[in-house]
Amino acid sequence: MTLELDDYSQKRIAYDLIIQEIPEKSRVLDLGCGDGSLLEELQKLRKIDGYGVEISPEGVSACVERGLYVYQGDIDDGLSDYKSNSFDYVILNQTLHYTKRPRYVISEILRICRSAIISFPNFAHCSIRFGLLCRGMLPKNRLLPYEWHEAPNTHHLSIRDFSRYCAANGYPVKKMSHFSLGKDGSSRVVGISPNFCAEFGFFILDGERFVS
Amino acid sequence: MNDAAPSPKGSIGLVTTRYFTFAEPPGKLMLVSGQSLSPVTLAYETYGTLNADATNAILILHALSGTAHAAGVHSAGDEYPGWWDAYIGPGKAFDTGRYFVICSNVIGGCNGSTGPSSINTETGREYALDFPVVTVQDMVNAQRHLIDHLGITRLLAVAGGSMGGMQALQWAISYPDRVEAVIAIATAGSLSAQGIAFNEVGRQAIFRDPNFNNGNYYRDEPPSSGLSLARMIAHITYLSEKIMHEKFGRRLQKSELFSFKFDREFMVENYLHAKGLKFVERFDANSYLYITKAIDYFDLKSEHGGKLTAAFENVQADFLVIGFSTDWLYPSANSREIVNALRVAGKNVAYTEVETDKGHDAFLLPDERMEKDIANFLLREFEKIG
Repeated sequence: MTLELDDYSQKRIAYDLIIQEIPEKSRVLDLGCGDGSLLEELQKLRKIDGYGVEISPEGVSACVERGLYVYQGDIDDGLSDYKSNSFDYVILNQTLHYTKRPRYVISEILRICRSAIISFPNFAHCSIRFGLLCRGMLPKNRLLPYEWHEAPNTHHLSIRDFSRYCAANGYPVKKMSHFSLGKDGSSRVVGISPNFCAEFGFFILDGERFVS
Repeated sequence: MNDAAPSPKGSIGLVTTRYFTFAEPPGKLMLVSGQSLSPVTLAYETYGTLNADATNAILILHALSGTAHAAGVHSAGDEYPGWWDAYIGPGKAFDTGRYFVICSNVIGGCNGSTGPSSINTETGREYALDFPVVTVQDMVNAQRHLIDHLGITRLLAVAGGSMGGMQALQWAISYPDRVEAVIAIATAGSLSAQGIAFNEVGRQAIFRDPNFNNGNYYRDEPPSSGLSLARMIAHITYLSEKIMHEKFGRRLQKSELFSFKFDREFMVENYLHAKGLKFVERFDANSYLYITKAIDYFDLKSEHGGKLTAAFENVQADFLVIGFSTDWLYPSANSREIVNALRVAGKNVAYTEVETDKGHDAFLLPDERMEKDIANFLLREFEKIG
């Protein structure tokens, strides 16, 4: 399946939080990097050594145009070849819910990186809950930008789902900055009841001690 | 320049093949097999202008049946431009307005470079099967002499498809400090067993031609039926099942009815025969044997302890690797294997996979996306060395 170029790269969702997090000269892998705009900004602002993986041909060609080194394929393709802790950061920004094998992807990225940044639309956000409760329909909004029959998403999840998943698998969460988008597209971190109030989950997991 | 014929738009126009001879006695070019060649001539063409710092040179590497004539035309009325004219010329992917593009015929070939049809200076006769077996590495080593001769210390890029891609990879491995970027298209770190099998059937077709005479046919009738059969077999591997179906289906050449004879009736039969006949006019059977052998021998893994990653350990170049969805001779899985090895070795590599019906042949045919990706990749690499 080829996804249309996801609009997260146009909307720059979570870019500010990610850029803030990543120190200069880090080695970064962006899985599902879209048109490469995040990697390009990280290169400009943080002088990172960046790589990407993207399934859509348009995205990959846009990355080549930006001078980025990107692999066209499924994000789980070739992860197993990387040595443990090959990257300082692996980014999974608005991509997790599209992956065919999330279990495998998460465990592999923890092995190959020191820190994993994972952000995804929160399926338990109040807008979705109300949509289902009041209208009895899946809402179509920036969290779920597709009609049900168009949606490429294979695995919906909530912030609580992911928290529990990390706990159950012993994945240490270093930091959480669940957020909603402000009018200008910037991230507003939600401290209170994030599973209800935050549009997006934002986790940083510690991958340092996961090696093989 | 001259005002004889205006260049067609986007064409480099009139070009001529030149020749460079080196390793003249007592010198010699040592080969991987332990044998040597002396002297060695390379036929080559260049397009565009080398800049003052010699930083804009790109070496194009041809596949099995290619020649030094990669772009432009040899005469005003020439109907057949060079083999990669779709990609080389003003404003094209390899923009001759910006880059200095070089292409040479491989050693072992039959289009101007030293090969089995060349005269062995020791005997005064054609080498024929006395020609030493050459490898992809030997081809690259010979090209390195040409690049020295042209006054280029570091190539902006080496680029090619199929066996040309093998040479491009070999360049980055053999001369890591002389290659800025590699464009490897529809290629592999080693040819599959299936690919070797097809090559062997092609060689057997030549060996078994009654005119073959152990390779000594240059003063008699050449083994044309064997060579054309080899080409027919190979041509099947260059196309996908789908494109063959689309091009020919089960359509018959003349009538709607079967003749119930062994005439060529199906269009696909005629097509293959035409391809075979055309090929023997321009290619030497002995060269076919040598070059297919070089392809079979190419194996980056076995040369580096069974690990492709080890092969790329010392390369400095950045890579663009391109695979085609319906290529079954050099499947895109082969390209991905190269890319994964490069990724693991920590090298800069971009991989694009082109969705196409055209099979292995796609690398020779115009494709908008491939053209754009190559152009952009080159531009960024050129900017980097600024």
